[in-house]
Amino acid sequence: MEIIAQRPKSLTDIQFTYCPGCTHGISHRLIAEAIDELEMRNQMMGIAPVGCSVFAYKFFNFDMAEAAHGRAPAVATGMKRARPDMHVFTYQGDGDLAAIGTAEIIHAANRGENITVFFVNNAIYGMTGGQMAPTTLPGMKTSTSPYGRDEKDIGYPIQACELINSLRAPYFIERVSLLSPQDILKAKKVVKKALQFNKEERGFTFVEFVSTCPTNWGLAPVAALKWAKENMLPFFPIANFRDRSLEGGE
Amino acid sequence: MAEKVLMKGNEAVAEAAIRAGCRLYFAYPITPQSELIEYMSKMMPKVDGVFVQAESEIAAINMVYGASGCGRRAMTSSSSPGISLKMEGISYLAGANLPAVIVNVQRGGPGLGDIQPAQGDYFQATKGGGHGDYRLIVLAPSTVQEFADMADLAFDLGDKYRNPVMILSDGLLGQMMEPVEFKPYKTEEELKQLDEQHFDWCMHSNEDEPNHHHHEINSLEIDPLVLEQHVIKLGKKYDLIEKNEIKFEEYNISDENDVIVVAFGTAARIAKSAIDELQEVGKSVGMIRPITVWPYPYEAISNVLHYKVKKVVVCELNLGQMVEDVRLAVNGKIPVEFLGKVGGILFTPDEIKAKILDK
Repeated sequence: MEIIAQRPKSLTDIQFTYCPGCTHGISHRLIAEAIDELEMRNQMMGIAPVGCSVFAYKFFNFDMAEAAHGRAPAVATGMKRARPDMHVFTYQGDGDLAAIGTAEIIHAANRGENITVFFVNNAIYGMTGGQMAPTTLPGMKTSTSPYGRDEKDIGYPIQACELINSLRAPYFIERVSLLSPQDILKAKKVVKKALQFNKEERGFTFVEFVSTCPTNWGLAPVAALKWAKENMLPFFPIANFRDRSLEGGE
Repeated sequence: MAEKVLMKGNEAVAEAAIRAGCRLYFAYPITPQSELIEYMSKMMPKVDGVFVQAESEIAAINMVYGASGCGRRAMTSSSSPGISLKMEGISYLAGANLPAVIVNVQRGGPGLGDIQPAQGDYFQATKGGGHGDYRLIVLAPSTVQEFADMADLAFDLGDKYRNPVMILSDGLLGQMMEPVEFKPYKTEEELKQLDEQHFDWCMHSNEDEPNHHHHEINSLEIDPLVLEQHVIKLGKKYDLIEKNEIKFEEYNISDENDVIVVAFGTAARIAKSAIDELQEVGKSVGMIRPITVWPYPYEAISNVLHYKVKKVVVCELNLGQMVEDVRLAVNGKIPVEFLGKVGGILFTPDEIKAKILDK
């Protein structure tokens, strides 16, 4: 019998711990498929963050580190510098990357570390129960912004791709969405491109996934996708911000 | 015998670390340890090593976590305020069973304090500092030679127990110059062996070893029953370290001692001068100098308390921290007196003599 679909080799057989309708499973799978297709698994190392994807070190089928909250890009720097022959990625949420770990991500990007950062943006702290994130939208209610995010009091959502795009060193920066099958297919190509550049040691690569959190948004999975399309994408537009491979003098 | 060179403590420990096989160093500038980071920035490229000036002490210790997780000898250094920032990472290193060497060139505190030598980080180094049940092996040098020798010892102990090790120095030892004799550089073959001996636990390529299994560098155990076993196992490791690795120096210890001094690091250097001067006038004072301040030489102290010893004098460059451990060792048998100096100021041998002589 011909096998037409199976689990990527880069995922273990441990069951995901994510809520129904959560997009973490999709981004995990895209990354794992791309690593398999690029035949990078034997030289791959990853870093799990603190947040809902804290157990990612169990899900990816190669050696993994669990980092302290926000520190994944620093840990990745240590790993890549220790093993330049290996490929390293971090997988981080919005609180991890854009709040507590802001210094680490900006400086790893600014050094042009040869790593790939996968940034999952669902505008909320999922694991701790739905608190306001640095990417929570203006007016959005969370368990720590019960009257809605007041941008005059706490500022506007941080746009990570745009922030990193202000630095010279990064090689590739793109925001994708996991909100429809079409977007997911496009996201797969982008993930693969970033990892291809990683394999070729071209420099710092960054992919942001606009994602959902049905549980903490208080929406059914399909309604969450619709809400994200209508509310997240205007603030976090899908776009390639930088692709140095397309620039002259390559 | 190898040639002696005149070097600052900060540079000597850096050179000794490189010779011990450290090829990855991550740090952030801070006085009075700047010569260390500067020396590493100059020398690491010459040995194909890695030097990264990190964006913060927090980032530096996490870079060490990543490098050590790959089985490589990695080091960071700082001074007191920067060491406070590293405490998060030290707890994670301990929780993940990772070796690493952290040098603390102590200065006056609390807060920003000053940039003069002090020993105010004793509690932080030996009793915790970071969160959770963990122990840091802490080595306290009192000469530039010993500071340098401890780099080698720290990496070996770190590897032996898969535990972070701190060298608890201070601004005096970091800044002063003394003659130092170095061990030879580890050969390429020795470095390769060091790496390979970590392959059973470190992160590496699936192709590095046959039948490679999934390695995780991690301190998270969400199931309380699993975490319980993990922490109990850590505890057993700490018991083993306490059993095997206590180091101390006995100075002028004899049956004639009627006072015992306990001091570590720079304070012990000054106490030695006081003890020598008293011996010249016929007053016999002995000293126990803890070299490991964790594990602590409690028995070494209680063992020298024979019937002639009237009191114990503890000299520290703080408000009284190690004195608590000395009191545990003495256990109320005889008085324990304390002489402290704070603010980054050193005591003189005369001040120690006066304390010993009750003047």
